[in-house]
Amino acid sequence: MAAEHSGEATPAPYLLEARDVSRAFPGVQALDRVRLSLRRGEVLAVVGENGAGKSTLMKILAGVERLDSGTVLLDGRPLRLGGVQEAQRLGIVLIHQELNLAENLDVAGNIFLGREPRRGGFLGLVDKRIYADAEPITRRLGLDSSPRAPVAGLSIGQQQLVEIARALSLDSRVLIMDEPTSSLTQRETDRLFDVIRDLKRGGLSVLYISHRLKEVEEIADRVVVLRDGRNAGELQHDQISHEAMVRLMVGRELKQFFRRTHVPPAGNVPPVLRVERLRLDVGTGQPISFSLRGGEIVCLAGLIGAGRSELAETLFGLRRPLSGEVFLDGRPVRVGSPAEAIAHGVFLLPEDRRSQGLVLEASVKANVTLASLQRVSRLGLINPPRERALARDLCQRLNVHTPSVDKTVGLLSGGNQQKVVLAKWLTRSPRLLIVDEPTRGVDVGAKTEIYGLMDRLAGQGTAILMISSDLEEVLGMSDRVLVMHEGRLAGELPREDLSEEAVMHLATGGGHGS
Amino acid sequence: MRKLAGIGLFLLVLYGSLLIANEGARSAENHYNLGRDIGKYGLISLGAGLLIISGGIDLSIGSVVGLSATVLVILLTEKGWSPLLAMLATLLVGCVIGLVHGVLVTKLRVQAFVMTLCGLFIYRGLARWLAGDKAMSLGRGFPAFWRDWLYRSRAVFGLPMSLVILLVIAGVAAVFLHRSVYGRYLSAIGSNERAVRYSGIATDRYKMLAYVLCSVLAAFYGILFVMETNQVQPSSDGNFLELYAIAGAVLGGCSLRGGEGTVVGILIGTAILQLLGNLVLMWGIPSALEYTVIGGALLLGAILDESLRRGEGRRARGAKEGEKEKQEEEQKDHKPA
Repeated sequence: MAAEHSGEATPAPYLLEARDVSRAFPGVQALDRVRLSLRRGEVLAVVGENGAGKSTLMKILAGVERLDSGTVLLDGRPLRLGGVQEAQRLGIVLIHQELNLAENLDVAGNIFLGREPRRGGFLGLVDKRIYADAEPITRRLGLDSSPRAPVAGLSIGQQQLVEIARALSLDSRVLIMDEPTSSLTQRETDRLFDVIRDLKRGGLSVLYISHRLKEVEEIADRVVVLRDGRNAGELQHDQISHEAMVRLMVGRELKQFFRRTHVPPAGNVPPVLRVERLRLDVGTGQPISFSLRGGEIVCLAGLIGAGRSELAETLFGLRRPLSGEVFLDGRPVRVGSPAEAIAHGVFLLPEDRRSQGLVLEASVKANVTLASLQRVSRLGLINPPRERALARDLCQRLNVHTPSVDKTVGLLSGGNQQKVVLAKWLTRSPRLLIVDEPTRGVDVGAKTEIYGLMDRLAGQGTAILMISSDLEEVLGMSDRVLVMHEGRLAGELPREDLSEEAVMHLATGGGHGS
Repeated sequence: MRKLAGIGLFLLVLYGSLLIANEGARSAENHYNLGRDIGKYGLISLGAGLLIISGGIDLSIGSVVGLSATVLVILLTEKGWSPLLAMLATLLVGCVIGLVHGVLVTKLRVQAFVMTLCGLFIYRGLARWLAGDKAMSLGRGFPAFWRDWLYRSRAVFGLPMSLVILLVIAGVAAVFLHRSVYGRYLSAIGSNERAVRYSGIATDRYKMLAYVLCSVLAAFYGILFVMETNQVQPSSDGNFLELYAIAGAVLGGCSLRGGEGTVVGILIGTAILQLLGNLVLMWGIPSALEYTVIGGALLLGAILDESLRRGEGRRARGAKEGEKEKQEEEQKDHKPA
């Protein structure tokens, strides 16, 4: 919604400005004299690695977090934000990346939560007006569900749009979006961008945080790059490019981001994994057949809900297929549990490291040795020095940055956590390593290291099946791409034929691409 | 560690205030009785604690005690079994009960709270039915040999036998929980079962083990109970024991969220609980208030623990802001296209 505070006397050059904002937390300077200025009707992207201070800055601007020193100005006037409510009243709204919806309410109920028009006196009945009021907002966002639809039944993407609708209904002047597209499909992302452009024309300003530099290139008018809590640089519209952003983010050139030293096997090498007419217990249950050779990195691409993670979970023994056969090194196997999968040399780096990969409260040491405690114990008793030595060795091999292996793993950065999950499998030599979204929420530096490790493992003959929604990564790492669509294999693309368009064509239900 | 120090200090304070209460409180006999009770209650708190650490809960402990005591008396009197065999059979009853709990919770996915709440009713009813709903006496008493050996004697340094038994079992449990692979798995399961399963560990097996340990220790308590009282009242014996067991474990630092707790802590928690009861008696506080005092102490402990945890959480978050908070948010990512 455009600002309705029209007729302001002398418009300041900037709508919202942060001057030398600092914020320290015990042990770390999260923000160090950061400057940022936002014009009216502008989309300003804020990018940086994890820990660069983006989220802290946004929280300060939205009144969630206080600042130690510095000033925030709105319309050129210094602002003392007392809290979220006050920021919202002034028209600054933060849309959290995590969804904060009441799942038991319907769309309109969520949009107006806490601000419902009431009737019936002390009964406090919610006025049905909210449905009529919600209609134009949802239509504007292209949310194709009724205001009466329960939120629980919506897709994640639709739920994200409900969050945005809620922000719009607040008559905001500044919309702060923290990774708004992380759970959207390409189509939903495109629509969101249309909405943002539309809002911009209406005079709304947007602060846009994203890890997806491609999207930043597409939508941002200007980019502010933060590094280690400081301003690392700013890019005007014509200077915005992927390389320029990465350079400022990491403070150095990232040469050979996707380094490939492994040589995929040529000719008739017998496959490590052969899947024959496997029918998953989800989706349409159409049979899937494919094979994977040692030393090959094959990517499974597709949209949300295409069945990729389910396929991975089936191969790892977490789900039962309806029918079909799986061959490992030519022998038919039935994998009934992760323990059996691991015994066959099949390892999984799960999609959600916090809920599936790590015991967050436990130490780095306990996590990396969890799957191989037998190696450092005798008669069921753990030998502490040997366990420590193993943990140190693994952390070193994977370059896990941690002050000590006794550090609680939940306190490490995302990239380091992911390396800890990977380290768990390094005590053994995997025949087949399945990695599900290996670099999600991982900073650029750690990404490179994870790619390097995958490349090394492939070089040692491990077959790697990578599930990724990051097309850059898919194109950069794969020797071959299998595209899934609605539970079936929609097509296969060899490296020579790889392009974003070809992958998306198959992923969205187009015919065979190659 | 800080938590342990805290409850340890609390225990010392309580003990100090017991010593200054009166002559009776300082007497060897009071100490002996206290030690005996700590020994008994410690057993069930240990079982409950191990289970809670693995993320489970058992509300049926008191009924299992009642049922196993009843079974033991019936086997010894009506069936005329030899004491050794009867005791083994009683432990077996506990083992089977724990196994049933474990299987239903892991395989049929019945919620542990519901499962063991049902158990609380079922075993109590079974005990009453088996005994014909009346109190049963051992008559001439438990064979002196066993009783002397297991219950009455001050075999080791004049300590009550039940305390000695507890210390031995606790020693084994400490090695099991803190030093062995299995204990590591158990507490990791309590923190994040999925991550452990994804690491290729048969989590169900360890969870079942925790249920079995808990029920077997409850059955063992039943045996000691019969030795002490020489009789059993199936409709009431063991009532509320599960609450004492859980309270001891929680006071000792086991978090009901799972994954947290130490054997030493459980012992201290049990001792605190028994000391509180004893203090009420020795300080001449109306005994009607005993439960209120215990409940109040438990509540205080819970509040302190939570504020301690929050403080730590804040510091930890602070130390890693940017990095970690961002991280947390990213985790909520769902699959993009």
